[in-house]
Amino acid sequence: MSTATETIEGLVKQEYKYGFVTDVETESAPPGLNEDIIRLISAKKQEPEWMTEWRLKAYRHWTTMALPQWAHVHYPPVDYQDITYYSAPKQRGDGPKSLDEVDPKLLEMYEKLGIPLKERERLAGVAVDAVFDSVSVGTTFKKQLGEKGIIFCSFSEAVQEHPDLVRKYLGAVVPHTDNFYAALNSAVFTDGSFCYIPKGVRCPMELSTYFRINAAKSGQFERTLIVADEGASVSYLEGCTAPMRDENQLHAAVVELIALDRAEIKYSTVQNWYPGDENGKGGIYNFVTKRGLCKGRNSKISWTQVETGSAITWKYPSCILQGDHSVGEFYSVAVTNNCQQADTGTKMVHIGKNTRSTIVSKGISAGRGQNSYRGLVKIQKSAAHARNFSQCDSLLIGDRCGAHTFPYIEVKNTTASVEHEATTSKIGEDQIFYCNQRGISTQDAVNMIINGFCKEVFRELPMEFAVEAQKLLGVSLEGSVG
Amino acid sequence: MSQQPILEIRSLSAGVEGRPILKGIDLVIRAGEVHAIMGPNGSGKSTLAAVLAGRDGYEVTGGQVLYDGKDLLDLDPEERAREGLFLAFQYPVEIPGVNSTYFLKAALNEVRKHKGQSELDAMEFLTLVKERMKILDLDDDLLKRSVNEGFSGGEKKRNEIFQMAVLEPRLAVLDETDSGLDIDALKVVSHGVNKLKRPDNAQLVITHYQRLLNYIVPDFVHVLVDGRIVRTGDKTLALELEEKGYDWIIKEAEAVAA
Ligand SMILES: Nc1ncnc2c1ncn2[C@@H]1O[C@H](COP(=O)(O)OP(=O)(O)OP(=O)(O)O)[C@@H](O)[C@H]1O
Ligand SMILES: [Mg+2]
Repeated sequence: MSTATETIEGLVKQEYKYGFVTDVETESAPPGLNEDIIRLISAKKQEPEWMTEWRLKAYRHWTTMALPQWAHVHYPPVDYQDITYYSAPKQRGDGPKSLDEVDPKLLEMYEKLGIPLKERERLAGVAVDAVFDSVSVGTTFKKQLGEKGIIFCSFSEAVQEHPDLVRKYLGAVVPHTDNFYAALNSAVFTDGSFCYIPKGVRCPMELSTYFRINAAKSGQFERTLIVADEGASVSYLEGCTAPMRDENQLHAAVVELIALDRAEIKYSTVQNWYPGDENGKGGIYNFVTKRGLCKGRNSKISWTQVETGSAITWKYPSCILQGDHSVGEFYSVAVTNNCQQADTGTKMVHIGKNTRSTIVSKGISAGRGQNSYRGLVKIQKSAAHARNFSQCDSLLIGDRCGAHTFPYIEVKNTTASVEHEATTSKIGEDQIFYCNQRGISTQDAVNMIINGFCKEVFRELPMEFAVEAQKLLGVSLEGSVG
Repeated sequence: MSQQPILEIRSLSAGVEGRPILKGIDLVIRAGEVHAIMGPNGSGKSTLAAVLAGRDGYEVTGGQVLYDGKDLLDLDPEERAREGLFLAFQYPVEIPGVNSTYFLKAALNEVRKHKGQSELDAMEFLTLVKERMKILDLDDDLLKRSVNEGFSGGEKKRNEIFQMAVLEPRLAVLDETDSGLDIDALKVVSHGVNKLKRPDNAQLVITHYQRLLNYIVPDFVHVLVDGRIVRTGDKTLALELEEKGYDWIIKEAEAVAA
């Protein structure tokens, strides 16, 4: 290997700065999965009978399902009987009524992560729901939102307070039969966020959920459901971190979005779960099902994701474009460094007339990282004049990593137009030297090139997050060149 | 002269992957001087530039290089650049996605930081850029594009000298900046280079053509053959080479060596 390549590969050394463990007393279910555990979870959450039954149905279906094998990722089989499905910080009495009752240690942890939950120190104009292991520890700005009729609360609370909405929409986009992990999630999900924007209301602030896995050997199975009623609009952000642990931990979330006539939902994710160490030990398995239904005419759902963490990422935020003239968008940056693997992309299913979709995917691979884009564009017979544009770019850093593109296109209507562009480039030693020769350090040169590569995606992120994402990318790739 | 030279190369040998390319170079460049290096293809001119700039893969196997009296070879490439060593590339590199203006501002601020000067803000930088652009008669459209991406050969060369105009190096090494330029562009670029000449800086110009030296008039002309400087003269040496080619010099050099 030439010194130049070694140089480029040398940069893959960085520390995961969110890797600390918070010492709080927790209450956990014994490891393992069976109907009793599910009844226990449901009982802990004081759920109504219909919810318990819904979970059990999903569980029974899950036991009949086989693991999906098609993704371009490799890992030893997960022992589902060795996972703890319920873990929550111990509460005094009935659980916190307000943030003042939340364990100060937890508030401190969120401060440390840069997510202040105390409203007076809140993130400017962002309402936050924080999910710690299996439960939501607090939602900010509830009152202000309530005045506009906006519901933003933990999923558990929604089941209690808004059972009709939950029953109507839960599983409407991702049925429990959808796939292995969706079925598992449906059976054991413990918390997550629920959001409803009533007719004609534009949500006045960014809504955000911050997910944190803390307990060892626990899985996190959260469920997010966002409904934007006719003419409503909302922008929602999701952030995630986890402590460094040697064993792999499972995160199998389900996110469902529903946009009625003229409604718009913008869903942004900055995913930074613990990726494992340099040699691939530990890290989160991030197996997530995210799907949006553009149910109404002229509705729009836009997914933006920056995926830098997790040992394995396996997710395809998708749009079902059912309403005529509805619009689906997917903007993604996925980074794999060291031994990380990502198989991510989207599905755009065009059903309504004149539906449009845009896919912009940027994959960055460094170290021994493997990055796959997998996307499906499906134009159904009914989707006259549907249009899709897809662009998938891969950037390689060093020569032990890989980038793969698997575009699937199915067109059943001849009036549709589908365009696909793909490029692969490499950060070359000559580019780095050129920057060095102008006084720019190798690390800065790499950041510059990567930010340039990702800018079409970054500009889709809400302002504060865009800056955060740029920094995060810098940190994730620190040490991959140099 | 008692003044310390900007660059002092002593018996420098260097190669790539164990293959010797430079075989004992001696060269002293003082403030205010312009030196030209000429020589046949493959004689090692670009290799010398690469070694001075610190490019990876070029191993120094002997000798010394002093820059302002300090050991140049001890510095990282970016440190050399910040110390005022500038290389105008024979083949400027494209960096897709990185805006030219942004790139150049980052570069200039690195140099300024290194000198203990304050960083320029966007406004101050743009004022400077506008002024320097005039020297090179550069279309400001180029600065809105990614670094060198899709630039024509001539535009790339012109852009190198424009960067030089902004960075104001102490020692500029121009590697065949003239090749690929049309006659008008050659005049503009040479004129720019001359304008950037000051009593406290120096230029090392690598070229194949005497024509360039009509515009950028060198104090010394060196002929590099097979990794050695076989002859040094004034600007008339370039004229002689233009007329007679390299053969006679190579023969003479062989005779001396034998
Ligand atoms: N990175 C490299 N790897 C392998 N060989 C190299 C490398 N760089 C230079 N060489 C070899 O060293 C010799 C000198 O090359 P160099 O580019 O310095 O010549 P030059 O004098 O600049 O030529 P030209 O006038 O054609 O630009 C050539 O034989 C070239 O093939
Ligand atoms: Mg050359």
